[in-house]
This record gives sequence, C-alpha cells and structure tokens, in this order.
Amino acid sequence: MKEFKYVVQDELGLHARPAGLLVKEAAKYKSAVTLDSGAKKADAKRIMAVMSMGVKKGVELTVTIDGEDEDAAAEAIENFFKENL
Amino acid sequence: METRQGKSVFAGVAIGKLFVYKKAAQVVDKRAIEDPQAEIARYMAAKEKAAGQLALLKEKTMRDVGEAEAEIFEAHQMLLEDLDFVEGITGMIEQDKVNAEYAVFVTGEQCAAIFLSMDDDYMRGRAADINDISSRLIAILSGTQVSAEAMPEPVIILAEDLAPSETVQFEKDKILALVTQKGSANSHTAILARMMNIPCLVTADIDLDTELNGKMGVVDGFTGEIHIEPDEVTLAVMQEKKKREEERKLLLQSLKGLPTVTKSGKVVHLYANIGSEEDVDSVLENDSEGIGLFRSEFLYLGRDDYPTEEEQYTVYKNVISKMNGKKVIIRTLDIGADKQADYFNIPKEENPAMGFRAIRICLERTEVFKTQLRAIFRASAYGTASIMFPMIISVDEVKKIKGIVEEVKAELTKADIPFGDVELGIMIETPAAVMIADMLAAEVDFFSIGTNDLTQYTLAIDRQNQSLDNIYDPHHEAVLRMIQRTIECAHEHGAWCGICGELGADMELTRRFLQMGIDELSVSPVFTLELRKKIREAE
Repeated sequence: MKEFKYVVQDELGLHARPAGLLVKEAAKYKSAVTLDSGAKKADAKRIMAVMSMGVKKGVELTVTIDGEDEDAAAEAIENFFKENL
Repeated sequence: METRQGKSVFAGVAIGKLFVYKKAAQVVDKRAIEDPQAEIARYMAAKEKAAGQLALLKEKTMRDVGEAEAEIFEAHQMLLEDLDFVEGITGMIEQDKVNAEYAVFVTGEQCAAIFLSMDDDYMRGRAADINDISSRLIAILSGTQVSAEAMPEPVIILAEDLAPSETVQFEKDKILALVTQKGSANSHTAILARMMNIPCLVTADIDLDTELNGKMGVVDGFTGEIHIEPDEVTLAVMQEKKKREEERKLLLQSLKGLPTVTKSGKVVHLYANIGSEEDVDSVLENDSEGIGLFRSEFLYLGRDDYPTEEEQYTVYKNVISKMNGKKVIIRTLDIGADKQADYFNIPKEENPAMGFRAIRICLERTEVFKTQLRAIFRASAYGTASIMFPMIISVDEVKKIKGIVEEVKAELTKADIPFGDVELGIMIETPAAVMIADMLAAEVDFFSIGTNDLTQYTLAIDRQNQSLDNIYDPHHEAVLRMIQRTIECAHEHGAWCGICGELGADMELTRRFLQMGIDELSVSPVFTLELRKKIREAE
C-alpha cells in the first residue's frame, strides 16, 4: 500500500472539472484509490463521492493506493494532484 | 404595459414575442417487475442512449457556444457512469423488483440530496446536473423524450430556471433573450447567454403564466427590466436603443478575428491591459491578441501580509491557461507612490512618486521579488508568459534583475519544476531609461513604454496635482520624441517595442505611433476592436 498527503491549492477546491479528471486518472489503474479528508472518505473512482467530499482549498487529503499496480498509480496520481489541484 | 425587474447578466436589447417554457412534468410510476435482469438490461440500454445524446449535445455546444461550456456535458457523462449512481439503480431493481424509471428517480433524488445538503453554492448547484441526468434517463425509458417545443419564430423565453441541456436544445436563432425566475450570474444559463450573446435576466420577478405566450415583450439587458406589452413610447425608445447597440456590435463583430495590420502590411500586436484574473473574460470577448500588461499589484493590495508563492502561482496559471498560448506579459510588483500597502512598511516619503517604489523595492527586498518570479516561472509552463520590470533607470538594475532571474531558474531546474521560455522586458517610463535606451535594448527582449509616468517625469508635472491639468499635455512634443527614440533604439538592438500606457489607446496618435514603427499597443480590452479598425484603415 502506498500513501501520500496533498494540500489542495486550487481556489475552487476539488470541484467538478478536476474531480472528473481525477476519476479518469484513477480509473486507469487496477489499484483501489481512496481519498481521506479527515472528515470524509471517498473512492477516487467515483465522481459523486469525490465531489460530495466538498474538498476546499487548503484541505489536506491523504491518498492511499492499494493494489498490484500501486507504484505506477501512486506516482501518476501524485503528479496529477500537483498539476491540477 | 407592465414592467418587471430582474438582474441582468448580459447586456443588449431584445424585442419580440414571449414564450413561457415549462418543463413537462415527469410522472414516475412505481411498478413491480418480474425479471430484474431484463429490467437492468433496459436501464443499461437507456444509459447508453443517454450517453449518445450527451455526446451530441456536447458537440452542438462546442459548435454553438464554446469548449468550456461543452465540458458541462462531459461532466454529465461522467455522472451518468458514476458507480454509486449505477449501482444504486441496479441494486434497487434487483432487490426491490421495481421498474427502472422508478429506480432512476429515487437514486437520482438521493444523489441530488447529498449535493443539496452541502455548504457550498457551487456544489448545491450540481444537484441540478444530477436531476438533469435522471430526467433524461427517465424520458428515454418511458419513451417521452424531452425536447424543446417547436417555436415557429424567435421568442423571449420565460422560465423558472433552465438546465444546461434545455438551454442548448433550443435552436440558437430562435431565442431572443432568456428570463428566469431563479438562477444567478454564475448559473449555466447565464454563462450560456453570455456566450451566445443574447440578453439574459436572472432572479426576475416574472409570472410564468401561459397566457403571456405570444404577447409582445421587451428585455432591456442594460437595466435588467422586462416590459410586457410595452406602450408605443417605450417600444420606440427601446427600438432605438436596440438599433444603436446592434450597429456598434456589428461593426465590432466584423473586426473580430481579423489581423491587426495596416494597409501597407505592417502588423501591430494588439494586446490588453488587465488588473485581475476576472478581466480575462473581457480580453477574450474583445479579441485581444494577448495581454500586454498584467498589473500584479492587486495580489498585494488590500491585505495584511505578502501573498504566498502558491497564491500568486494559481492566479498566474489561471490567466496564462485561459489565454491558451497567447502571450501574457506580467509586470512585477509596482507598489509605492500612489499604491501603498501597510505591511510593506515603507517609510513616509516627501516625494513618493520619486521614492522607494517598484523595482527599487524588489531589488532591496529580493525575497519578495524571488517569490513573485518563482510563481511566474512555474506558471509559464502553462502557456506563453513574459515578464516586465517597472521603473528602470539603469543598466545595472537590469543586470541585477537578470542575475536574480537566473538564480530562480536554476533553483527550479534543480527541483525539477518545469517552466517555459520567458521573454524579459522592461518598462520605459523614466527619461533616464529613454536616454540610455540603446544600452538597455541590448540587455532585454522588449520595451513597453509606460506613458503615464513617462509624461509626468518628462514634463516634471505631478499627475495627481489637478491644478496643473491645464499644462499637463501628453501630446507634448518632448513626450513624443521620447517615444520615438525608444522605438528606434529598441529596433537597432533587435528588441521589440510597445506602449502600455493610456496614450496607447489615444486614437489621435495612432497614425503617429505607426509611423514611428511601434510593434505593439496594449490597451483596455474595450478599446481593442476600435483600435484595430483604426490601424486597419491606416497606411
């Protein structure tokens, strides 16, 4: 299992567009990808769940990646966060 | 005549017949079913059909409205395929043995309720997206396809609120204006109306009485009023207002997308001056070819502490991305003189216009300067960024700046952070800079002449002092010769030269600037198209 933390920088937080892109990115991998904001948890492959976390700017997310391709997935998803959020 | 008030989100005047749009009420029956697998298959088929419809809507929106708005339907596609939504529906069909329409309805309501309960206006607005998808699925399943009612002639549409899919279903040339009881300046309806260039009122205090159908109406997008069955005087006034607006738009529209080039073939880059992220919309609307002056001061003013690198980066990145490859020239911090922020703790000065300001602060407080440069360089990976430095008086300053820029680039490279090719330029706004423009031009990629300060310093007239207005003459030959010399020196050393001060938009001088060989003019976005017209008419 891999894990990293990321503080959301985007002014609008994890709103529809990046949430959609994140779901697409997570769906590329077999590993289970879970977001945890402290208050709520969500499966990163489910857009409604991700959006309804209501993650705003400044929130620290703990992202865990678990599965056979977790190394590649963790790297790609961490990069995704840095570039889009 | 009856007049009702709304909030205008797009100016313009529309005159025509009213049409009250009501959603066909969807009645969803709950039925027991025998074969859940067959019912799930029916739902899956409907889902596929809905995906196809959304793809078409996305294409239509892309064509009629724009790429950004088309993304709404991409989000709808993703929500349609969302596992919670899909599993909620199939689970309900299997366990409760109910019909697919009912399962979609209940699951859609549950999902929408989650969004409605959030403490965020944006997220609450997403409930409408889910309802939109549910209704689409139910309509397909029950064979009552929702479609915009046939409208024989263009109408003013009155509605409670419009889902994005409803708005784009109307034939674009059949809508004169949109007036809704609900909605906000940020609702999809408002955004679409702006993109489609039609007047639009939201939160309008209108009745949705079908008796209004076919009656005359006038929407005044300047005042936010809608006149129902207008009297002759009002109608005549509004027709005149509409005519003037149309003439103006037509003239300007005819210039959109055209190159800014003189009759003899000299190309001038026509850029825009902006002071915040929001101004970009106006830049794009007026077809500016880039941003020639992005004043970064707003990031520093009206707050208690320095903006962080991340804050700045986000703003620069957003602007650069929105400009989609077009040039964005960011001017570094130009604080001091008439723009003060307490946390800078700048000592009181006798003569702040000639005091500790702009690049003088940056070269003294290099950490503040480097934070800004790092933010700009990081954002430069998202498009085409240039940087210019204000209040330059010496080659030594430029060399120091370049040294600091190199440090920033080296740090980013070391940290493996990407950045783009960034042109470096300076503002020419002091007589000193003009006198050594040849030496400065050898150091930089471009000059941008700040005519407001240059005029003040050349004429030794304080521009804040109103009693001197009668002798403050920006057309003074001394100022014009300063500009001429700057352009000549730039060209001799392979740099390009623009004007970003108020004089750039002074159309009495446009011809003169062209004769001098100006390469770029950066003006307030609203002047862009008029100036393009002027340049295209010049020799």
